[in-house]
Amino acid sequence: MAAISPLPNTTPTAIITVGQPSRRNTELILLAFAVVIPCFAYANVGLALDGRMPSGMLGYGIGLGLLAGVGHLAVRRYARYADPVLLPLATLLNGLGLVIIWRLDQSERFRALKTFAPAATHQLLFSALGIALFVAVLVLLKDHRILQRYTYISMALALVLLIAPMFFPPVNGARIWINLPGLGTIQPGEFAKIILAVFFAGYLMVKRDALALASRRFMGLYLPRGRDLGPILAVWAMSILILVFETDLGTSLLFFGMFVVMLYVATERTSWIVFGLLMSAVGAVGVASFESHVQARVTAWLDPFAGWGKSEASEQMAKVLMTFGSGGVSGSGWGQGNSDLIGFAANSDFILATVGEELGLAGTMAFLLLYGLIVERGVRTALAARDPFGKLLAVGLSGAFAIQVFVVAGGVMGLIPLTGMTMPFLAQGGSSVIANWALIAILIKISDTARRPAPVPVNNPDAEMTQVVRP
Amino acid sequence: MNKPVRRIAIFCGLLVLALMIRDNWLQFVQADELKNNKHNLRVTIARYSQPRGNIIVDGQAITGSEQVNGVTYKYKRSYKDGPMWAPVTGYSSQVYGSKYLEGVEDKILTGDDDRLFFNRTIDMITGKGKKGGDVITTLNAKAQEAAFKELGDKKGAVAAIDPRTGKILAMASTPSYDPSTIAGANDDAAWKKLNADKDQPILNRALRQTYPPGSTFKLVTASAALENGLYDSVDQSTNSPLPWNLPDTNNLPLNNEGSLPMCKNGSMREALRVSCNSVFGKISADLGNQKMMAEAEKFGFNQKDLTVPVGVAESVYPKDNRPQNAMDGIGQASNRATPLQMAMVAAAIANNGKLMQPYMVDKLRAPNLNVIDTTQPKVLNTPLTPEHAQQLQSAMETVVKDGTGTAAQIDGVRVGGKTGTAQNGVDNSGKPYAWFVSYAMTDKGSPVAVAVVIEGDKDTARDDVAGGKLAAPIARSVMEAVLKTSK
Repeated sequence: MAAISPLPNTTPTAIITVGQPSRRNTELILLAFAVVIPCFAYANVGLALDGRMPSGMLGYGIGLGLLAGVGHLAVRRYARYADPVLLPLATLLNGLGLVIIWRLDQSERFRALKTFAPAATHQLLFSALGIALFVAVLVLLKDHRILQRYTYISMALALVLLIAPMFFPPVNGARIWINLPGLGTIQPGEFAKIILAVFFAGYLMVKRDALALASRRFMGLYLPRGRDLGPILAVWAMSILILVFETDLGTSLLFFGMFVVMLYVATERTSWIVFGLLMSAVGAVGVASFESHVQARVTAWLDPFAGWGKSEASEQMAKVLMTFGSGGVSGSGWGQGNSDLIGFAANSDFILATVGEELGLAGTMAFLLLYGLIVERGVRTALAARDPFGKLLAVGLSGAFAIQVFVVAGGVMGLIPLTGMTMPFLAQGGSSVIANWALIAILIKISDTARRPAPVPVNNPDAEMTQVVRP
Repeated sequence: MNKPVRRIAIFCGLLVLALMIRDNWLQFVQADELKNNKHNLRVTIARYSQPRGNIIVDGQAITGSEQVNGVTYKYKRSYKDGPMWAPVTGYSSQVYGSKYLEGVEDKILTGDDDRLFFNRTIDMITGKGKKGGDVITTLNAKAQEAAFKELGDKKGAVAAIDPRTGKILAMASTPSYDPSTIAGANDDAAWKKLNADKDQPILNRALRQTYPPGSTFKLVTASAALENGLYDSVDQSTNSPLPWNLPDTNNLPLNNEGSLPMCKNGSMREALRVSCNSVFGKISADLGNQKMMAEAEKFGFNQKDLTVPVGVAESVYPKDNRPQNAMDGIGQASNRATPLQMAMVAAAIANNGKLMQPYMVDKLRAPNLNVIDTTQPKVLNTPLTPEHAQQLQSAMETVVKDGTGTAAQIDGVRVGGKTGTAQNGVDNSGKPYAWFVSYAMTDKGSPVAVAVVIEGDKDTARDDVAGGKLAAPIARSVMEAVLKTSK
């Protein structure tokens, strides 16, 4: 962070900007690693399970290589100065996610089930769609500031996306899916995350002065005026409604957290954080007091083994924790664990447990660091961005990404109560992987604008004249 | 706006840090606990991913490992003559854990024992899978077969030991079950049925069930009388009145079974021969609770942690008031003994007063057939002097020659025994238990002592239940089997 000095936004023509290197070749080298590592992992699973190289090895390697190549070329052409680490990180996570999903497809225990359907091929297809959306965003979105124009349209769209699942039957206790006959199911919350970030950024851009300045000081905190509380109350109410009607604790927490983060950045007022924390605590405790679905999750979190044989949620949590524990420090190795014992949602919500068992503490730490790197590159983009809208959008998206990783990984590892969300890029699920590629595309676009050298000023002969002549 | 953004960066970093700390807690600090949690199926999966070691009797394996190649388990435990050996082997189930030898020697059988560490390491280096070791038992297949066959569809148990070493030769319990039927992953119906069965087929009655020992306990009372110098010999008159009244009661007599006039002033030999309650009740009362308890404890009573190496239920000679103590002295009231305990009583007498520690695991063998452990016979206690023991032997032989135990006679072999018919329940309301304890004597000492108990059912007439008729023939068959094989 300290390496980036805020670029001066005063008259650019008076400064000679040193052209930053585009770092596209760095990105290419990193991408090569991001493709080769999952290929090795894939080979490893095959060798462990059948003692020979998996037959789909070549196709998989070429497929992932192509996707990464297309992404890279698009960045090279349409976002030359973009951050060079984001694309390789996303590719690596996506590639490893595919390997884990394929590995779980090989499980004899799953194959014996009537409901079994291999998921890896679909996921590869969705990853391709994700890259396509990634390229489309890079090509179509000439400048991220254009998004500012669509502030209120975004709001309307986000609301529609959030409300829509209420009209569809719940799946496994949560109403977070839209069922399109013939096309499959969509999880609109994943897209709403990005669209809401656009709305929040646009809205806060306009209102931030009012929210920041019109306040009273009380006990060291700046208390906002009553009417300025409106927006945060509205978002809070929306989150609570999601929680109550869609019984989706994760999404609810994610949206509210994202809003608080952006509000804080926009106004620089710590009081919003305090308010946000208080409100989410009140909301969570309030809803948990009457929602049995949430209660079961909390009980399962407090003592998973106590509910063995009594509560499905507890038993599931206990199984996940035992999966992590069985991995130990170094893990059982690719393909040699028994994470399929978790059964339901082993390759989606609980996919991190497979990482935990087969790659051990070492591997899980590496995955967490990869996520941490994506988040910090996103926040760094926010720091480097020159326009407040870009800053807000970048910090909002990165913050949401961080919260999502925390809520999912923390839930799966028993740090917080479990919520039904997916690990970005890793977990099986089309909506998630597509939406997250779009998120990366927007961050890349903002970072491109931020790192793009300002136009080199035309040499002014008069200026040269005034140079100090050294003796 | 950069200041809050930097703070958000730190906040996000803290979120990731929290996850990493939690991960260390889970996968490092708690890892072993979670890995070996009783709900963790991986433990069982690992256990059945290779053939299990075998339990061996007379050089033949009575267990096996069947390759099933299921989704979860590669192997399944199988048993030869399952119902006959079930009290010995117990079971090793993919779902319900393991019991008896399968449970106690589990680490050897799975190959996890520390003593197999070297073998394991060699196998790992040479790329062979982990193998389990074998458990070689002291049991005698012929004796076990005789015991199990003779018990038939009666409910009861047989325990036979070699008095010279303490080796357990037979351990049968009926009704029994086939442990193969609950070894697999989908045997919950069989499991539920077995556990719901009122006759408790899974229970090893020889080790884990205690019964009132009835008149067979008079052997202990007689030992106490001799050891404490109450009488000098088994042939000395006991000066007992008939009827004899229980102490501290309003002249409540301790009755004999039937009319036994010879009990009046009879010697202990005579009192054992016809089983006089009055004589032994009086001896117990004369000695008092403390001396009786001390002698019983020398025979192994009141020992909570006896293992063979399977745990044995505690046989109890209780602390009681005077009338109760008199009843305890004839094996009634709160006196309780396992069949193994009564076999130990007969064995100690047959072994000239020296009680050997009973055991059923002779050797533990590594997968490469190297013996890694051998159990050495060990003296547990000396409840009798050799002289007193020989007197009792002679009295017990009288019981078999022309007393209540004639059904146990074997041609050309000295056999000593004692019958027992234990009353059960208030006012004899429950079904009675028929007992017989005995030993056979050769010129090389006594090779076998045996205790048999049969739980009579409601239809059995009381005199039919008398140990001499129901239990003695079983004891004779078991002794004959041992005598034949030890030649």
